[in-house]
Amino acid sequence: MDITSIFQMNQELSLVFVFLLTFILDLFLPERLRNWLCPIACTLLGIQLVANIWPKEAVLFGGMYHSTPIGSVMKSILSLGTILVFMQSKDWLNRSDAKHKSGEFYVLTLSTLVGMYFMISAGHFLLFFIGLELATVPMACLITFDKYKGFSAEAGAKFILSALFSSGIFLYGISMIYGTIGTLYFEDIPAGLNGSPLQILSLVFFFTGLAFKISLVPFHLWTADTYQGAPTSVTAYLSVISKGAAAFALMTILVKVFGSMTAQWSQMLAIVIVITITIANLFAIRQNHLKRFMAFSSVSQAGYIMLAVLAGTPQGMASLVYYIIVYIVANLAVFGVMNAIEHHTLHGKMDRNDYNGLYQTNPKLTMVMTLALFSLAGIPPFAGFFSKFFIFAAAFNSGYYLIVFIALVNTIISLYYYLLIVKAMFITPNDQPIAYFKSNTPMRVSLMICVAGIILLGIISNVYQIISDTAITF
Amino acid sequence: MNILSFFVIIPLLMLGALWASRNINQVRGVMIAGSSLLLALSIYLTIDYIALRQGGATAEMLYTASTSWYAPLHIAYSVGVDGISVAMLLLSAIIVFTGTFASWKLQPMTKEYFLWFTLLSIGVFGFFISTDLFTMFMFYEVALIPMYLLIGIWGSGKKEYAAMKLTLMLMGGSAFLLIGILGIFYGAGGETMNLLEIARLQIPTEIQEVFFPLIFLGFGVLGALFPFHTWSPDGHASAPTAVSMLHAGVLMKLGGYGCFRVAMYLMPEGAAMWGDLFLVLTTISVVYGAFSAVVQTDLKYINAYSSVSHCGLVLFALLMMTRTSCTGAILQMLSHGLMTALFFALIGMIYGRTHTRDIRQMGGLMKIMPFLAVGYVIAGLANLGLPGLSGFVAEMTVFVGSFENNDLFHRVCTLVATTSIVVTAVYILRVVGKILYGDVQNPEHQKLTDATWDERVAVICLIACVAGLGMAPFWVSDLINNSVEPIISQLMK
Repeated sequence: MDITSIFQMNQELSLVFVFLLTFILDLFLPERLRNWLCPIACTLLGIQLVANIWPKEAVLFGGMYHSTPIGSVMKSILSLGTILVFMQSKDWLNRSDAKHKSGEFYVLTLSTLVGMYFMISAGHFLLFFIGLELATVPMACLITFDKYKGFSAEAGAKFILSALFSSGIFLYGISMIYGTIGTLYFEDIPAGLNGSPLQILSLVFFFTGLAFKISLVPFHLWTADTYQGAPTSVTAYLSVISKGAAAFALMTILVKVFGSMTAQWSQMLAIVIVITITIANLFAIRQNHLKRFMAFSSVSQAGYIMLAVLAGTPQGMASLVYYIIVYIVANLAVFGVMNAIEHHTLHGKMDRNDYNGLYQTNPKLTMVMTLALFSLAGIPPFAGFFSKFFIFAAAFNSGYYLIVFIALVNTIISLYYYLLIVKAMFITPNDQPIAYFKSNTPMRVSLMICVAGIILLGIISNVYQIISDTAITF
Repeated sequence: MNILSFFVIIPLLMLGALWASRNINQVRGVMIAGSSLLLALSIYLTIDYIALRQGGATAEMLYTASTSWYAPLHIAYSVGVDGISVAMLLLSAIIVFTGTFASWKLQPMTKEYFLWFTLLSIGVFGFFISTDLFTMFMFYEVALIPMYLLIGIWGSGKKEYAAMKLTLMLMGGSAFLLIGILGIFYGAGGETMNLLEIARLQIPTEIQEVFFPLIFLGFGVLGALFPFHTWSPDGHASAPTAVSMLHAGVLMKLGGYGCFRVAMYLMPEGAAMWGDLFLVLTTISVVYGAFSAVVQTDLKYINAYSSVSHCGLVLFALLMMTRTSCTGAILQMLSHGLMTALFFALIGMIYGRTHTRDIRQMGGLMKIMPFLAVGYVIAGLANLGLPGLSGFVAEMTVFVGSFENNDLFHRVCTLVATTSIVVTAVYILRVVGKILYGDVQNPEHQKLTDATWDERVAVICLIACVAGLGMAPFWVSDLINNSVEPIISQLMK
């Protein structure tokens, strides 16, 4: 093997480079220049994104590393989402209690992103596992970032315990695969699969491990508490980026590695989808705390994403990636608004009732929030409508009529609770709505990008076209 | 560029202009300019369409154009109109135009109100010009969601409840639609979303039998099909005037149009199988709506139940599946759209003065506000089917067409449905007698004034259209008749 072939891992290498550079800057940047850390991190990541935007295929280390074109598209999408999260975190990191460690936020986030990159481009279960852990352990630090807050500590503890537990189950699962087949290479496993009970058990364990990360019901119990306790930027990151990466990885492995056991996992997945969407929707109705609310909303969105996995076709893969990018912009718009309001009000207002009458004082933020919620609910002409339609079409095309129907009925429930927030902002009268404020520039830029994404991703079909073209061989 | 696309582009430009406008005069200016332009465009389209047909154009749809949109799923932005859609476009443009005048003095947040109002009209216009299933469905949903805010913010009474109920029920209908559309698309081979092309392909019978009821129900919810009509009274009663006008006048017609154009046109065998069941439901709609209207005391509720009855008649006539009855259904859509808009406009204007819609607290309004009262009488007479006004033409055609079916079941249904004519007369004349004639109930009402100029514009326009359709129905029925033909021949196969 030629040493230069390592440069085929350009996405991971450049991200590691960005990570190291941020790390060094964090160490050596003088105090007066620290404000520049956020723009620098965003710019570096932006350069990394643009430099690697061209999708390509690369296989290294005898198949241990296998990056597909659609995988590299996915990685670019994750980078884009991370930039948006960075932009939205400025208010929080400028607070006196977080300012001295603001660099750590960027460093830790970038290292989880490296982990997700490796999850996406793994060709071997061990590499996958390393990526998974790299994406998980720094995340626990991020969740407890506001360490003096009781909620934050509780959230971190719940997260790390359930993460470790799920990693253990996952490892147990792949050890059984190794025991029955004698290899952990994705390419070689299908040949050894014969559907024996032990292999089915290993499939279940593998699925369970990842279902924890994606927080599918019944493995979602950590989600609401963790989302509530974590700093809002971290919650945003957790709900879109890490969920997206795990969902993508789940789909590739289920289809590529366990393709011959489709009958087994599709049944399991179908049940999980139905209960995930239904239970998460029913719980979301009752939430008044917006972060908990978004937690359940994101669980139900994960259920919709799983419909694409269930389809198991290139069409499903295309709709999954498209769904994730649309979900990223819409969800980050919601979290951006929540974040801005949290940091411009005393005691960080985060309750649905606090938003009553918001339109009177902050019409622009309200509009952003409304568009984003409509997109999440799947209302045209916003992008969420298109992504939902494509995901339903993919699952329908694979013959899951009943599941699609149940999911569709659930969209009505989800519309109800999204409208509750719209109602609070527009309709419910309030004598003392949140006073007018102007958010900082990065926040406004990120919200503008999100709104542009929400409106244009659907109406302009090129993004889906590109994704669909690259997803043909996934 | 295709002339039809302007029906979407003009409102889009209006949205931008509204967003940029700084004060109420600019908002009004934008709305007047935009809605007049739309009206002019639709009148031009109608004249040009008739000229083209007389010139010998025989294609099923005219002004067709298609641009590929989502190629992997064969979704295209494709437009085209036949006589039915031309008539519907004209109706929508009239209602949007008069609705602008009817909400001339609306407060507060006038700009936002017109923003959502315009978004709603994009959905309506887009729906009628589309020939692509997906695009059609997209516009359909665009038309639904602004209703939530329009009713929730600017409505009256238990507006929050009504807004949520209406939105969720209609969105529930569209969930049925979505799965139905996927069924049609993949059932027809998954190669095209174009209505006209799918109609030429044969969808397997077993697929039609599953997906016809889904589509019909989905659109039927919006068309106030019993028992899914319950959103309609609450929604209409709580909505602000212009929204009631647009909703009862145009939006409910989306339901009938969709049932005809998508469900029955594409799945004739499904229609044959399920037609009788739905016919029973629509008959119930017609009669039940009329009887419910009799016992109401709120003016808007009376009219809302009357809408249930009349929109039920649209679906009823469609399901009779004869050429005459289907022509009658389209005429009824037009007629009901115009007269119900007139009704809601007048009710809004009366309510704006008396601050009550309870018929027990009003009386003798004829002496106080003669213009509005006369308008109300005309609307009422149109509603109960007085010859010379639009209602007569439509209902006559519907019932004659329905009676052409010579089996017992269809005739019994027709007979039952015709009783609604009598009941309609009961509730209309009761209201007219109660609130317009007799003694003035409330001495405060003596101080009230008659219509202002903006209100007169709206009312006169609508009365002119109602009378026009009633006196000279020939050109409209010619317009429609040719276009009903291909759908009917599909059903007769």
